[in-house]
Amino acid sequence: MTEQPRRRGEGAPVARRAMLGMLGVGAAGLAGAPYLQSGWEGFLSAASQKDPTGLTGLLPNPGGFRYYSVVGSVPHKDATNYGLRIDGLVDRPRTYTLADLRAMPQTRIVRDVVCTDGWRVDDTPFAGVKLSHLLEEAGVRSSGTALRFTCFDGAYTESLTLEQARRPDVLVALKMQDKPVSHAHGGPVRLYVAPMYFYKSAKWLSGITVTDEVVPGYWEERGYPVDGWLEGADRGNSAA
Amino acid sequence: MTSTVGWDGPTGNVKRLDPPGRVRRFSTTERLVHRATGWLMLVCLVTAACLYLGPLAQVVGHRHLVSTVHRWSGILLPAPLLIGLSSAALRADLRRLNRFAPYDTQWLRAARGRVTSPGARPAGKFNAGQKLYAGWIAGAVLVMMFTGSLMWFSGFLPLISRTNAILIHDVVAWAITFVIIAHMRKAYGDPEALEGMRTGYVGRAWADRHHSKWLSEDAAEADGKRPSIEDSGKRPGIEDD
Repeated sequence: MTEQPRRRGEGAPVARRAMLGMLGVGAAGLAGAPYLQSGWEGFLSAASQKDPTGLTGLLPNPGGFRYYSVVGSVPHKDATNYGLRIDGLVDRPRTYTLADLRAMPQTRIVRDVVCTDGWRVDDTPFAGVKLSHLLEEAGVRSSGTALRFTCFDGAYTESLTLEQARRPDVLVALKMQDKPVSHAHGGPVRLYVAPMYFYKSAKWLSGITVTDEVVPGYWEERGYPVDGWLEGADRGNSAA
Repeated sequence: MTSTVGWDGPTGNVKRLDPPGRVRRFSTTERLVHRATGWLMLVCLVTAACLYLGPLAQVVGHRHLVSTVHRWSGILLPAPLLIGLSSAALRADLRRLNRFAPYDTQWLRAARGRVTSPGARPAGKFNAGQKLYAGWIAGAVLVMMFTGSLMWFSGFLPLISRTNAILIHDVVAWAITFVIIAHMRKAYGDPEALEGMRTGYVGRAWADRHHSKWLSEDAAEADGKRPSIEDSGKRPGIEDD
């Protein structure tokens, strides 16, 4: 910039350069995001180990879970008032109490949790009853081809095909990270569909209805894919 | 005396009679644009917090509703300014914001050296900080609109993964949050500046102290060198260097 006085309108367009500079930073950020992402996650996991304040949880892509609910408030349920209803195209509709579910054979799997919103929690243990086991007990009729899940928040729904539901890595989960599933995480009972994005794993599970066709769930009615497979998920029926 | 500051007509030949000791700083259109943009930004940031911060998310819930409000307040952020471009006064101020004068570098040096006395910080109608802020926030909002659209319409640009768009969206969101907080602190720290945006008028003494070059520059231009408020027929901020 020259030092001789100039009339306004002839100086350097610094504001425009600031705007274009910011656009450039954004573009560079997007281009370098894959590298930034891994470095950032490494830094965060190291930082959160040494962070007594929990403030690292506010940073982008923090480790750990984020709370999602599509309603304002969700009633709390426990062993005294929880029930899981299985009905629809089944021979033996039934309502399970929490004690019933706890008394059934428990399966523990350790898999990654991946949210469509970009956060993930690797190697998370879930334990509970295989959904296939509950379906066997209920006796699915030949006309049944899909499942519709309903939740006691009164709004959320999900869906799976019968084939997906019978996979060994689909649980009616009672435990997460080896503790009873907390209310905030969708407890006392939630679905866990390991090979799919986490929106498929309905929280606050209260009903399973066998249907003759797939009924799209809450987010699926709002543009999410009905089959929320994770990238690289084994879509065969033998995965565990 | 005939103050030529603060004309409000597209042709600039209608003179407004300012109250004694007061100077017209912003036109009605500019103030409406600023207010609408400010409210949209506030809604955008508050809904973002309700989506992003765990404790707030647990209190508020209603994720779909909150995210819908967030998306639309974000998409609409530039709308007031774009509509306001029909105002010659606003276009003239955008040109003022865009161009740096030699004394603006002096203002920046003083700011870097934490020198706060108005004498050490010469400024035209807008100081160097305001010019940089205007440019930066415009760029940041565009980055947010782009990364937000990538999240909204996944598959719109398959070569950028949604996760990467989210990372940039999150990082720039924090930057905007701190910058907006600083912007509001500066405003609330100077009641007269605030009043200028609220009523359109500031005191002449305040103008002379905090924007020492403003009135003389405008007077010089009005004396016929070049009318300051004319429509060059180009969009402001996109003229050639």
